[in-house]
Amino acid sequence: MPLTSDERYQLYHYMRQSRAIEDAAWALAGQGRLVGRLYTGHGQEAVPVGCAFALTDGDVIAPMYRDMGAHLVRGIRPVEVFAQYMGKRDSSNGGTDSGLHMGDMARGIVGMISVLPDSLPVTVGAALAFKLRHEPRVAMTFFGEGSTSTGAWHEALNMAAVLKVPAVLVCENNHWALSTPTEREYAAGAIADRAVGYGMPGVRVDGNDVEAVYEAASAAVARARIGEGPTLIECVTFRMRGHSIIDAAEYVPPAQREAWAARDPIARQYERLVADQLWDESRDAALVEALRAEIDAAIDVAAAMDDPLASTVTHGVFAATDRATTRLPAAALAELTPNGYPDAFRAPRPLPAGPPLAPAGGVGASVVSPADEADHA
Amino acid sequence: MRDDMTYLEAIREALREEMARDERVFLLGEDIAAYGGVYKVTDGFLDAFGPERVVDTPISENAIIGAATGAALMGMRPVAEIQFADFIACAFDPLVNMASTIHYRWGQPVPMVVRMPAGATWAGAGPFHSQSMEAWFAQVPGLKVVMPHTPADAKGLLLAAIRDPNPVIFLEQKYLYRRLKGPVPEGDDAVPLGVAAVARAGRDATVVAYGTMAHKSLLAAELLAADGVDIEVIDLRTIVPWDRETVLASVAKTGRAMVVYEAHRTAGFGAEIAAEIAEFAFTELDAPVARLAGLDTPIPAHPTLEAAYLPDEHAIVAALRELVGW
Repeated sequence: MPLTSDERYQLYHYMRQSRAIEDAAWALAGQGRLVGRLYTGHGQEAVPVGCAFALTDGDVIAPMYRDMGAHLVRGIRPVEVFAQYMGKRDSSNGGTDSGLHMGDMARGIVGMISVLPDSLPVTVGAALAFKLRHEPRVAMTFFGEGSTSTGAWHEALNMAAVLKVPAVLVCENNHWALSTPTEREYAAGAIADRAVGYGMPGVRVDGNDVEAVYEAASAAVARARIGEGPTLIECVTFRMRGHSIIDAAEYVPPAQREAWAARDPIARQYERLVADQLWDESRDAALVEALRAEIDAAIDVAAAMDDPLASTVTHGVFAATDRATTRLPAAALAELTPNGYPDAFRAPRPLPAGPPLAPAGGVGASVVSPADEADHA
Repeated sequence: MRDDMTYLEAIREALREEMARDERVFLLGEDIAAYGGVYKVTDGFLDAFGPERVVDTPISENAIIGAATGAALMGMRPVAEIQFADFIACAFDPLVNMASTIHYRWGQPVPMVVRMPAGATWAGAGPFHSQSMEAWFAQVPGLKVVMPHTPADAKGLLLAAIRDPNPVIFLEQKYLYRRLKGPVPEGDDAVPLGVAAVARAGRDATVVAYGTMAHKSLLAAELLAADGVDIEVIDLRTIVPWDRETVLASVAKTGRAMVVYEAHRTAGFGAEIAAEIAEFAFTELDAPVARLAGLDTPIPAHPTLEAAYLPDEHAIVAALRELVGW
């Protein structure tokens, strides 16, 4: 289904919001206000936004640390991001882990670990669960081209195809695995070409064109949802900053960086919306201002949240053994929906509201007010 | 109560009953469906439960463990079979970095079981089909580790493992699969994880063991009983969490302790048990804590070499005579 004007704007909004959050986080990290090291997706925003936008409630993603936009599309709010980055007690990880390692089954987000390709087999298993239960749900994961050199990646693609699970496997080929360029990562041609070796479709798409990414992801999601199995999507993009905040990335040739800067995914979507008379400069200025206010408020609220207590360091290593341990779960089963997962799974995902050309203030309707943020805290 | 069910049949019964009882439970692994598994534990399951509950996978230990984790996160109760426990080395990463950390990091339970035939066979299975890796996993917070000895425990502990909301490593003793028969209760009573059994009460010394070595220790205790030496055998049953109280209470009673395990001696889990006894029951001890374990070598294939590697009832008897006479 073609994108509506509203949806084309929403793609832009999420990319803008993603970059604004990461810019702010970059500054906070520089001030030493974050726990752990910061990794961002500067320049790659079209991939997580375009792909996650192709999903619906009940679907699941296993994102990585460059996928702020995917988190936002799934309904994560800026205050949750900053609380997580600051390691606050009531954040997703509560200080037990850092960065974008947040998991949230209510919104269908499997929390990543630093071994990035590990998300692939987990995604295959999530999709397998959907298939075994005959649920029309899809599991999607994101990984860099660096992950494609590992054994877990190969095992996951092969198993996904053999078991024909409803999975979408998104490669963000950003040309650099830390300091290793693609020509030192693989000798084969396009990563998408490898799909044929596994018996699944492989698609290569301009990863800096959010609408093209969305179209590719939508087609893959549709295939998966009707039982036709997994798809490998290679989104060709570029990591515009270092691997992490402490990596100056001096190994990246300036000409390469400049060429990709000229293809910035946010600028491209802006120009497209303007050309189609869906957006203009003054509204954009209002959006930037609204996002800044939203983020400033989120940072303030997050900063005021409690830090974890040392006395809780041993909490939660194991899930409490439930009633089912000694006797079975007739009661436990009854508490589940027929599909075997709690209703909370279907929590609606908030979308940026308002038509693109709404009067000033329409855009701002998506901004969470400080009062709302306080409720969360 | 059946009087002569094998260890293997008890495991099969636990799987079959739990799959019938809980539709979230499904199996995945290599050659487990039509072939029934290399030890035939799941023989007949494909016909009984269909291909959606008994999923054959490619040879992909890493992806099996990762997929079990993903399915568990989606509300299933996967039971993965690793064809031989030795092969779990291929899947160390998703267990120690992913499955074990999820609940601590973001609060989501990961109810999954990894079944693995483990241990030496006294039949020359060699370096890659004989290992005991309980210590590898005992070092990883967030994983439970079970190593049953009796057929009744093999069933009851497996039921508990499947119902547990955490990743559980279930190390089946392939030496005992068809050798050991015993009484197994009817019905679905689980044996709780973390509770040791006093397999044999005695006065003169305590042996702490688990799995096949609990079996061998009981044989040794019977041999010594003929000479009037009265050995208490504690079958630990669960490695993580392990039942310190029962062990320490036994040592307080007998004043002598020996730990027996077939894994490599150095840094084996028995070293942890010995250290805890030395630290927390020091004043109860009449002799140093003894350890009897496998050698610090790969497990050799030739039966002569394998026997030299493994503790058996005769080695346990000799070591216990020394301990009791100290």
